[in-house]
Amino acid sequence: MSASTRKLFANELEERLDELLFASTSHRSAKGISEGLEKLAREQQERVLHWVGVAAQSYAEIGYLVAALGPRALARLDAAGFEAWVLAGLEAYDREGGQAAMRLLRDLDAFCAARAQSAARLGDLEARLGRFLQGLSGRPLALAAAATAHTDTETVFLPAQLAALPTARDNRRLYRAMAALLWAQTRHGTFGSAGSDVAAAFARWPERARAQRWFAVLEAIRLEAVLGAELPGLAAEIARLRGPWPARLLPAVARLAHPDAAVSRTLTFLEEIMAGEDEPPQLPHAGAIDLEAALRVRAARIARESETVRRALSTLKGFGGRQGAGEDAPALNVEGGRVALSLDGEIVALPPEAQAAAQSLLQDLGEVPPECLVPAGPGAWQPTPRQGGGEDALTGHRQPHARYDEWDYRRRAYRRGWCHLFEVELPPGDPGYVAKVGLRNTAAIRDIRRRFELLRGEDRLLGRQPEGEEIDLDALVDAAADRRAGAEASGRLYVRRVRRERSLAAMFMVDMSGSTQGWVNDAERESLVMLCEALERLGDAYAIYGFSGWTRTRCDIYPVKRFDERYDATVRGRIAAIEAKDYTRMGVAVRHLTRLLEAQPARHKLLVTLSDGRPDDFGDEYRGHYGIEDTRRALQEAHERGVRSYCVTIDRHGADYLPRLYGPARYTVLDDARKLPLKIADIYRRLAS
Amino acid sequence: MKFPTSLAPELARIEREPYYQPVGDEVALFESAQRRRLPVLLKGPTGCGKTRFVEYMAWRLQRPLVTVACHDDLTTADLVGRYLIVGNETVWVDGPLAAAVRAGAICYLDEIVEARKDTTVVIHPLADNRRLLAIDKRGELVAAPDDFMLVISYNPGYQSVLKEIKPSTRQRFVALEFDYPEATIEAGIVAQEGSVDAETARRLVKLGELTRNLKGAGLDEGASTRLLVHAAQLIADGVEPATACTAAIARALSDDPEMTGTLDDLVHAVF
Ligand SMILES: Nc1ncnc2c1ncn2[C@@H]1O[C@H](COP(=O)(O)OP(=O)(O)OP(=O)(O)O)[C@@H](O)[C@H]1O
Ligand SMILES: [Mg+2]
Repeated sequence: MSASTRKLFANELEERLDELLFASTSHRSAKGISEGLEKLAREQQERVLHWVGVAAQSYAEIGYLVAALGPRALARLDAAGFEAWVLAGLEAYDREGGQAAMRLLRDLDAFCAARAQSAARLGDLEARLGRFLQGLSGRPLALAAAATAHTDTETVFLPAQLAALPTARDNRRLYRAMAALLWAQTRHGTFGSAGSDVAAAFARWPERARAQRWFAVLEAIRLEAVLGAELPGLAAEIARLRGPWPARLLPAVARLAHPDAAVSRTLTFLEEIMAGEDEPPQLPHAGAIDLEAALRVRAARIARESETVRRALSTLKGFGGRQGAGEDAPALNVEGGRVALSLDGEIVALPPEAQAAAQSLLQDLGEVPPECLVPAGPGAWQPTPRQGGGEDALTGHRQPHARYDEWDYRRRAYRRGWCHLFEVELPPGDPGYVAKVGLRNTAAIRDIRRRFELLRGEDRLLGRQPEGEEIDLDALVDAAADRRAGAEASGRLYVRRVRRERSLAAMFMVDMSGSTQGWVNDAERESLVMLCEALERLGDAYAIYGFSGWTRTRCDIYPVKRFDERYDATVRGRIAAIEAKDYTRMGVAVRHLTRLLEAQPARHKLLVTLSDGRPDDFGDEYRGHYGIEDTRRALQEAHERGVRSYCVTIDRHGADYLPRLYGPARYTVLDDARKLPLKIADIYRRLAS
Repeated sequence: MKFPTSLAPELARIEREPYYQPVGDEVALFESAQRRRLPVLLKGPTGCGKTRFVEYMAWRLQRPLVTVACHDDLTTADLVGRYLIVGNETVWVDGPLAAAVRAGAICYLDEIVEARKDTTVVIHPLADNRRLLAIDKRGELVAAPDDFMLVISYNPGYQSVLKEIKPSTRQRFVALEFDYPEATIEAGIVAQEGSVDAETARRLVKLGELTRNLKGAGLDEGASTRLLVHAAQLIADGVEPATACTAAIARALSDDPEMTGTLDDLVHAVF
């Protein structure tokens, strides 16, 4: 076998550990630990080293502990279990700090017991559950851990661990069932719909807490049946997990378990129950209901989305001055889940963000409320007050390298030369950083190199060549015809394989704003290492720039690799130096990098942004709508100039304004920053092949 | 100048009415375009019925249909024609495009973005009011008869910047936009094409909808009508529904183990 499967010896392990643990922070020597690791198989050694490296990025002590306990953990856990153990430690660190993390990691017994026996952990399932819910509704719902399962209609809260059922498999399914029922609460009217005012009903009962407990149980009965209409597989699974209903719920089941029962039926039944004094039975699969939280969040969302619809309507042609006019009233019609506006008998499509808002209103209310049809008048906009003159005080006396216009959606006009752009050199960072990332990702990098080499190797056949590896039959036939006709026959009779001319220039724009602090920043840097590996194989022209800033008078762009620079020690040092800085004024960065990209001779130009997808700047102005509209505009300008953009967004919750924000650009959302380094090369491959 | 003998490829006419379920006003639009001799661009995601639509229209208009699947080594000669040596003679053979022009057929260039840029250029004079095909090798200029119609297709969901249709090409065409049909219509198609009962078809369409919700959140595309039909066909053949969906839909959509996990969850939610 090759050298790469040979076990590492203690001295080699020690060397790598020293490097991963930054030797300095850990006063203990890595010697004892490496002796423990020496006994493992190479594959296991690599696994431990990988996770030591990951953990040490958060906190060197955790890395140290992972290395020390690694052999014992691996003796008891499989690969996935080992990974879950480290991640649980890191999550504890993020949540409660170093002490909690160390405690959790040291208590291997408890971790293994929980895992081996029957408990399922939210941490292990979160991503999958999140996608499941998004599949069900199309509207992203966030997931979070909480002591009791409930939802505020935007986040589904679930216990961090579930062990109610005897097997881990069933507990995982129980998570899915609980999540689906909570989603159903938001989807099927538990918190009110066009016809029922849940808040008013509850106002009648003095024993509010008991009413809510019963409400949760009764709704679990109703919603299971409602789910059964469209998702019979899911309903059957819920039924199996909960087992038979307790006998005293049977009257409720008879009344509520109908596929088209509405919440009003539950409320009527609850009325009868509240006349008595019973407490509801405990059902492991039914979450709780926190009516206050849900109603508050829901009301805020409805207000926000009605506003979005109204604002969009006011921009539709011919709609502006129509309030109260005697002509046909405009109406919204809903067909096949899509909402359109009919205006004087004509069907007008809603712009995408209004479409999304209207869909969301449909989910909440079962209709788009008629008030939405009164467009926000032109006077509705109130300019945000300036922050007392502080802005220009920050300018200092530097001269910007360039000034860029910025789009003000309220004025529907550009603010000329509004943003001051500075190209700022990054100080050299840790020269060993890239090598360390390489060390942690040997397998992935090997894979990337192989696949990108394949991509580059895609050949193209050129016909009618003076020489080549195959005969060109077309040319041969032509030559024969020419010869017969008495003309001179061409000697170019061969087919030759040539490497395909790609003519693609790619620009990577990396978010260095404060909100990327932590995992996101780490993931960005690691991704760049992976990308450079890939692009170096491919030979495409590429550049990398970071961006951040502080108000319009200080928009900073940090060159990491310019088009004409090689991927050398300087560039590697700059990758290491990428760090979370200030704010995210995205539009100006897009404009500047588009300009640089335009100067490239390549036929195809690609701008890839890596960010957490939240344009934002100091002083509120760029936050929210303004920033979204400006960024969108900048991407549109790029598109018009022949630059294609692709936006990679790292965001757990996949905000619903992204389609608006990215406008003409294509984009993808990653729910977990840690996946970015492994996915980025693939993303690029899809864009550029 | 005297041309050598020609070998014309056989052009097939579609005898039996293909099953096509209209979704909007595409049939009327296509007929209008045909009457006005305008070329048509069909755009839409994979497996939403573009090819089937063209087959149906060819039958309806009683024109032969010539379909060319474009790929990146497709040369102009592959479209227009070339000389062959037969016995001791060189013989000209029309390519599919030339044959379609001469016969007044419908020529359908499927996935036009896959073709090389220089190849797309030969269709330009055919696709504007000149309606001419230049056969350079023979120095011949063929004027398209009124019956000839050029149709191309294009999937805008592609992410690659290398695969975009040039404005000078696309602006010659009347564009018909296709998408997956509305749930009840799609269920009808799945029931008909897959020979399954209405309830099974309805559930398959529901599953399709759930996967389409994941577009952009881990999937490039949700399940196409084609995939739903495939699953239906397996079910009609006696495969257990969840197994059929896993094989025909979930595994066909993604290789990513995390994503296939979610897709399995969705399959089990519906079946
Ligand atoms: N409107 C429709 N009427 C009848 N069948 C349809 C319809 N839409 C889709 N189908 C079914 O879906 C299948 C796939 O459609 P088709 O092959 O026409 O897709 P396409 O749009 O050409 O896809 P691609 O872009 O991948 O070539 C058809 O074989 C047919 O079974
Ligand atoms: Mg097709």
